[in-house]
Amino acid sequence: MSEQLSYLGVPLTRPKVGFFELSSCEGCQLQLLNNEATLLDFLNLVEIVNFREGMSERADTYDIAFVEGSVTRKDEIARLSEIRKNAKILVALGSCACFGGVNQLKNRFRDLEWVKKEVYGDFPIESMEVHPLADFVRVDLEIFGCPIKKEEVERIVTNLVLGKAVHHPEYPVCMECKANENICLFELGEPCLGPITRAGCDAWCTSNRRGCWGCRGPAESANLTQLEEIMRTYGFSSETLLDRLECFGGFASFTETIRSRGKKTPSKRKKP
Amino acid sequence: MKLSCEVNVHHLTRVEGHGNIRISIKNGVVKKAQWEVVETPRFFEAMLVGKHWENAPYICGRICGICSIGHTLASIRAVENAFGITPSAQTTTLRLLLKHMETLQSHILHLYFLAAPDFLGTGSVLPLTKTHPQVVQQALRLKLLANDACDIIGGRRLHPTRTVVGGFTMLPEKAELETIRQRLLSSVSDLLASAELFKTFAIPDFSRETEFVSLKGETNYPFIGGALVSTDGVLKKEHQYRAMTNEYCKTGFTSKLSRLSRPSLAVGALARLNNNFPLLHPAAQEISISLGLEPVNHNPYMGNVAQLVECVHVVLDSVHLIDTLLGTPWQEPRQPVHAKKGEGVGAVEVPRGILYHYYKFDSLGKVIKADCVIPTSQNHANILHDIEALASQYAKAGKKDREIELLAEMLVRAYDPCISCSVH
Ligand code: SF4
Ligand code: SF4
Repeated sequence: MSEQLSYLGVPLTRPKVGFFELSSCEGCQLQLLNNEATLLDFLNLVEIVNFREGMSERADTYDIAFVEGSVTRKDEIARLSEIRKNAKILVALGSCACFGGVNQLKNRFRDLEWVKKEVYGDFPIESMEVHPLADFVRVDLEIFGCPIKKEEVERIVTNLVLGKAVHHPEYPVCMECKANENICLFELGEPCLGPITRAGCDAWCTSNRRGCWGCRGPAESANLTQLEEIMRTYGFSSETLLDRLECFGGFASFTETIRSRGKKTPSKRKKP
Repeated sequence: MKLSCEVNVHHLTRVEGHGNIRISIKNGVVKKAQWEVVETPRFFEAMLVGKHWENAPYICGRICGICSIGHTLASIRAVENAFGITPSAQTTTLRLLLKHMETLQSHILHLYFLAAPDFLGTGSVLPLTKTHPQVVQQALRLKLLANDACDIIGGRRLHPTRTVVGGFTMLPEKAELETIRQRLLSSVSDLLASAELFKTFAIPDFSRETEFVSLKGETNYPFIGGALVSTDGVLKKEHQYRAMTNEYCKTGFTSKLSRLSRPSLAVGALARLNNNFPLLHPAAQEISISLGLEPVNHNPYMGNVAQLVECVHVVLDSVHLIDTLLGTPWQEPRQPVHAKKGEGVGAVEVPRGILYHYYKFDSLGKVIKADCVIPTSQNHANILHDIEALASQYAKAGKKDREIELLAEMLVRAYDPCISCSVH
């Protein structure tokens, strides 16, 4: 590990980085520590000035703020705005931050009071409809996934440090799955959102024979009609499709399309 | 003698989630000694209502990043119990192995990254990379081994992909298990070195009599399913978990709390060890004794030592489990699932203590009711009472505010709380 970083002979400054979490499982942050083989090099690339889960020191200014989790309570809006003010670049880390994540499943219920009562009975508790970060502040970059893929984060952070542009794949997970030479999960009797979900995870689930649940949201030209046809052909109900589409929040507009076609009450949630 | 003290810790660091410590003592009288959980709740139990059974383990794993495997397994067990499915011996062995590897990675994360900096007098693990490089390397090696094993068995080290109701979507290669076996064997020396390091740590001298709750092992140190036991002599069946947890709400806490025979109870590595010491691997027992930990120990700081002892146990037991798996040809990875009306409970010992998932299904296999009781919420009331006792004891002993603050912080950390988990 060296103190001075350089790229092609040009000295680089280590950006000050802060990690923050709103409502989340903290799994995305954990993924960074889960990267034992390259952790020390990664830590050397940046100067971590704020990481409550890992260290006691804290600072109020940082070049890059990684924010994990979704907004589910009013005080989180204030915290998020404060972080936005202090940061040059704000990165939404993981599907909770990008789309509301699994947390937004509670938005299915029109009656928030019922939701609170179901868990806390008559005990008063504060909560609001779940939102992704971008509903309240400017987000400079999104890192998708539940959880995020550590290799991808390292590549993205390296690019940020080097000042290079960050691109997400436009093609779907299905392409990565094919490239990994897997048997198609539909052939194995598993429903899968691989054909419409944005790639970048290297077909993480499908390579483990688990259907994709769409944690990274829609690919650039996701074709919902085509997927519905595939699901029908293989005998899966529209409910199975809906379960998967609405799991992480990335497909909010898609579920709305499907719901508004059916007889069920349309979901009130609009894609931001 | 100093009889007054003011401690105000907002958003305690090096723990998972958001909690505050506030202590105020004036002239020997404790005005306030509080542990507050202010984390935002997420309402998982409501999210599941109306969802098909398949969603439960997938979504509920997201309650917690650190123990997502334990949540997934408890959830799967609850669904299987509701549908009357008995997993095969192969599935049971693989699940336990996966569970062991999660316990190892989580305990190592806590011991080295969250707790050790306190004992070594730093704010984080970062300075230790310079001052104690060999310690950091040991920790990274152990954690990497555990995480690699989770990838191989569960498909992913966090939010596993292969674990499903009825078994696994696919099985590891036997050669991969053989490699893990070798790495486990060579990791024993790292654990012995860790034990030596821990002997040099000054464990604060504090204890408060506590009721410890855990699974009760029959022939093995318990991790998945079985009877529930407390050191005060309460014995319950798995499905009677509500009588064991008695959850209630309290102002200042967004998580629920628990009590049993006393105003509070404790779960976790120390509770498991206190209740099941004779079932630990003999080598783990030996290390435990050498570190001054024998049942029943009422010093909460010993939770750290109990975690280390459990690391030794899970590593050695995993070698044994892999031998069993290598000695038998692979069977079908998963059995078919037929949903039916019913209810089921799954109790699993996750790193921070006993975890319960409960679901009730209609005849189509849709969730009508869900309930999850998290270890950290069971520990909250005990942390609160510990802080009160600690504050008055140390203020009487004349310790400085900063010392009391650090001891209170270390105390909370010793429970290895997973606060976002507790307000799922
Ligand atoms: S995106 Fe998934 S892994 Fe990341 S914090 Fe949210 S629930 Fe956890
Ligand atoms: S396969 Fe699908 S659900 Fe799995 S990580 Fe990739 S995008 Fe997410």
